[in-house]
Amino acid sequence: MNWEVVIGLEIHAQLSTQSKLFSGAATSFGAEPNTNTTLVDLGMPGALPVFNKEALRMAVMFGSAVNAEIGMTSVFARKNYFYPDLPKGYQTSQMDHPIVGKGFLDITLDDGTVKRVGITRAHLEEDAGKSLHEDFHGMTGIDLNRSSTPLLEIVSEPDMRSAKEAVAYVKMIHSIVTYLGICDGNMAEGSMRCDINISLRPKGQEEFGTRTEIKNVNSFRFIERAIYTEIERQADILEDGGKIVQETRLYDPDKDETRSMRSKEDANDYRYFPCPDLLPIELTQEYVDDIAANLPELPMQKAERFMSEYKLSEYDAGVLSATRAMADYFEEVAKAAGNAKLAANWVMGELSKYLNTEGKEITESNVSAEQLGGLLVRIGDNTINGNTAKSVLQAMWEGQGSADEIIEAKGLKQVTDTGAIEAMIQGVIEANAAQVEQFRASDEDKQKKMIGFFMGQVMKASQGKANPGVVTPILNKLLKG
Amino acid sequence: MVDQSIASLAQKLRAKEISSVELTQDYLARIKQLDGQLNSFITVTDEVALAQAEAADKLIAAGSTSALAGIPIAHKDLFCTDGVLTTCASKMLHNFVPPYESTVTGRMLASGVVTLGKTNMDEFAMGSSNENSYYGAVKNPWNLEKVPGGSSGGSAAAVAAGLCVAATGTDTGGSIRQPASFCGISGLKPTYGRVSRFGMIAYASSLDQAGPMARSAEDCAHILQSIAGFDGNDSTCSEVAIEDYTANLDAPLDGLTIGLPKEYFGDGLNNDVATVIQDAVKEFEKLGAKVKEISLPNLNLSIPSYYVIAPSEASSNLSRFDGVRYGYRCEEPKDLMDMYKRSRGEGFGKEVQKRIMVGTYALSEGYYDAYYLKAQRIRRLIKEDFVNALAEVDVIMGPVAPTTAFGIGAKTDDPIAMYLEDIYTLSINLAGIPAMSIPAGFADGMPVGLQIMGNYFAEAKLLNVAHKFQQATDWHTKNPSLAEGA
Amino acid sequence: MSLEKQDVLKIAHLARLALDDNDAEQYQHSLTSVLDLVEQMQSVDTDGVEPLSHPLEAKQRLREDVVTEENRREAFLANAPQTEAGLFLVPKVID
Repeated sequence: MNWEVVIGLEIHAQLSTQSKLFSGAATSFGAEPNTNTTLVDLGMPGALPVFNKEALRMAVMFGSAVNAEIGMTSVFARKNYFYPDLPKGYQTSQMDHPIVGKGFLDITLDDGTVKRVGITRAHLEEDAGKSLHEDFHGMTGIDLNRSSTPLLEIVSEPDMRSAKEAVAYVKMIHSIVTYLGICDGNMAEGSMRCDINISLRPKGQEEFGTRTEIKNVNSFRFIERAIYTEIERQADILEDGGKIVQETRLYDPDKDETRSMRSKEDANDYRYFPCPDLLPIELTQEYVDDIAANLPELPMQKAERFMSEYKLSEYDAGVLSATRAMADYFEEVAKAAGNAKLAANWVMGELSKYLNTEGKEITESNVSAEQLGGLLVRIGDNTINGNTAKSVLQAMWEGQGSADEIIEAKGLKQVTDTGAIEAMIQGVIEANAAQVEQFRASDEDKQKKMIGFFMGQVMKASQGKANPGVVTPILNKLLKG
Repeated sequence: MVDQSIASLAQKLRAKEISSVELTQDYLARIKQLDGQLNSFITVTDEVALAQAEAADKLIAAGSTSALAGIPIAHKDLFCTDGVLTTCASKMLHNFVPPYESTVTGRMLASGVVTLGKTNMDEFAMGSSNENSYYGAVKNPWNLEKVPGGSSGGSAAAVAAGLCVAATGTDTGGSIRQPASFCGISGLKPTYGRVSRFGMIAYASSLDQAGPMARSAEDCAHILQSIAGFDGNDSTCSEVAIEDYTANLDAPLDGLTIGLPKEYFGDGLNNDVATVIQDAVKEFEKLGAKVKEISLPNLNLSIPSYYVIAPSEASSNLSRFDGVRYGYRCEEPKDLMDMYKRSRGEGFGKEVQKRIMVGTYALSEGYYDAYYLKAQRIRRLIKEDFVNALAEVDVIMGPVAPTTAFGIGAKTDDPIAMYLEDIYTLSINLAGIPAMSIPAGFADGMPVGLQIMGNYFAEAKLLNVAHKFQQATDWHTKNPSLAEGA
Repeated sequence: MSLEKQDVLKIAHLARLALDDNDAEQYQHSLTSVLDLVEQMQSVDTDGVEPLSHPLEAKQRLREDVVTEENRREAFLANAPQTEAGLFLVPKVID
């Protein structure tokens, strides 16, 4: 049978507020257990929540960025269930009246086509703590530092039809939230986590099949692999005439398989009701309009500007605007170098090689944008040539100093003195009399092909420091005799 | 000394006729002498109280103008008190020592009060008789065979017996007013949001409100002045400015319109209680008030509506008591589920478990609309009844409860009959308006409270009305013989 | 409205309350009588009446996004039945 996969995603983005959603505790990652907690986060008797202004602003920013209806009256509700890392026995979330309603965003697929994905809603909720399963005499340890950290849960329509589309969608959400500066996007630290709803149906069938939900997938790569694995699992069952059980599953990247989370099968009845400790959030049109009017430039807009302002290709503009950090880095290099094309080539080329080799993000680069800009300036003013610049970048990556310091220390400055270059070329001509004779006997086309050989010899003689721009005309002149 | 007002004690403290330390020692001695019979305190904090009294004496000597400085009071044991055991009268919290101070108790400390201890109550404030306490039932000082009312029964009994000058209570469906009525003291449930709930262990968040329980309306005014007002720690606490609650206590009542809801005087109201209330209303007419019959047509629906909303909120509020971070954990849990179920099953009393289950059911899938949402719609109808009535009258009066205090154990086999006793108080919490109970006479030797209800944030008006009545009558000065003898 | 014992056990499980057989029977009766009382609500027509969650119908106040609290872990852990290494301990959680 020919199956069509239907995918919807729930993305939890941790909002980058200073303090928690309902308390004045810090949200910093990696603190000692239970040190970032207050009465509220611990669910102490008598403790009450007070809502963080900034979390609200961030949620509305997201809504504006995905063309969504903003909930002018939104309501916090309690989702009731027992779990040791859920201190109050309920999660404060939103149900009937979310802060962000229906919206959409456009994703660009590998073949260049643009696909519109519907956003069902996005709502504010508090995170739970963490259960640590290291052995404490056979017990579990509970750390509530993360308790009450603000999350925006972004729910998509079941609009995606392949793993690639799902990944493109998640990347776009990642890009939007980081552009807006409302989430650091750090998936390894759990700042963005993804629940994948996935079902199969015979191609052409309108009705959805039974879906499963894969919980808490936290990297682009795992999202793609989890979907492939789950498609295969479901297809095998369906081909054999079996039925899919609606359930929550977990993706195990080590085994590359999904497995059922049995403990959650226990039929949940969350008993949502409006949180009586919090009042409805009422927004004014002025507040919403003001946020919409002051949104930072979004990825698509940035890519377009890179194309028009810097004359970059669509591909280059897309790569360089993929994350806000990348775009900011590129623009700083371009500004320092005074040459956007050169900056684009170096950021996407040489620098990316180093980043990829060491598995680093652009924000973790050993070479700052300003430093890279400084190197490119020296290419532009002919102090060094491109090849030398590569070795300078390596030295910079290794922490040997700025471009100028390295050029100076290693004596890499190009030779531009015409007298010296002429002498060098003279030497090359004398040492290669046979080739010179051949050159002079050839037609113009052939000569063009042969000039490279002589250029190579000159560079060799100058230890790479001869300025090719100075060499070429002199070489041509002397060769032709 | 024991039946004096806050104002007169404050004056004596300043005149150095007595020190706060002496006053505190007197009250501690009375607690020692009488509370064995009443069981109104769960915790008595002698040392803390004496240290506070010493500090208060210095404050007064230094010229403190706080009316509450040096006055010995007690707190219902559901206000979190930093470093002092706070149990909510539950085995669940038998060992809970809060690491912080509630707004109410903190503000009173700032006013210089002396805290004698924490008073008994119905477990988690669920009850109307104070029989649902892990620490045993509280007795009514007027008759030790009778209940003091609930859930703030310990506070009411302690004030009535002169074991403290005043006390705090909380009122979710009548828990200040009904015990005040049963014990012959004055109690005020403020407008919802007038007093911060921060540090009050929640029963039903949208109904709970703290308030004063004291001998007189004037004493209530002094305490309300200390505890009322905006608190950034409680999202539901109102930003409406507080008034000076003692400034207009003596304002004349000429032209005051009193509404008498016919539903408050129908079937079920004990005849003797009715007579006391009618006499009290006549007293107000003598003071220049006019009387008008009004109707609160949805009054009967307040019972079912309340018994859905309060348990629903409670079922969620009490989920935090899970044996993980504080409070009771069962012995030797087999696994996580066993820990939850036995800690909660053993830690909560029967009434609490029952209400948790009612609420769990009302919120569960398939029942939410028929129960919870329906109750919330009725809640609006009840609120509108009061809004409409209060557009026509200044205050509404009626009984607090259909009877005087009933016998201990008399209604334990028929909890529904106990729920029906709350018919005159529940609707006030559903609407969120303020209401008081003040002593208005006796029926069969037991005190009867008159309920005075007013508009949102009209506490000053209620206190004025109550105070004028207390200037004209002496019901609030009556003491049970148990207190007189001591 | 009458609850079956099974219903009571299901509710008790949702609410994480341990009931023995005897308890379950008692609650079956007492919960049924509360539900009967509550049933009165169905007698009134509330079509078009908006549910009322908060008596004052005020709106949510907003807190500035600043860290106001310091680490008070030791004080907070002091009430816990079992702790180790700054963590609350519970019987093993199995995912």
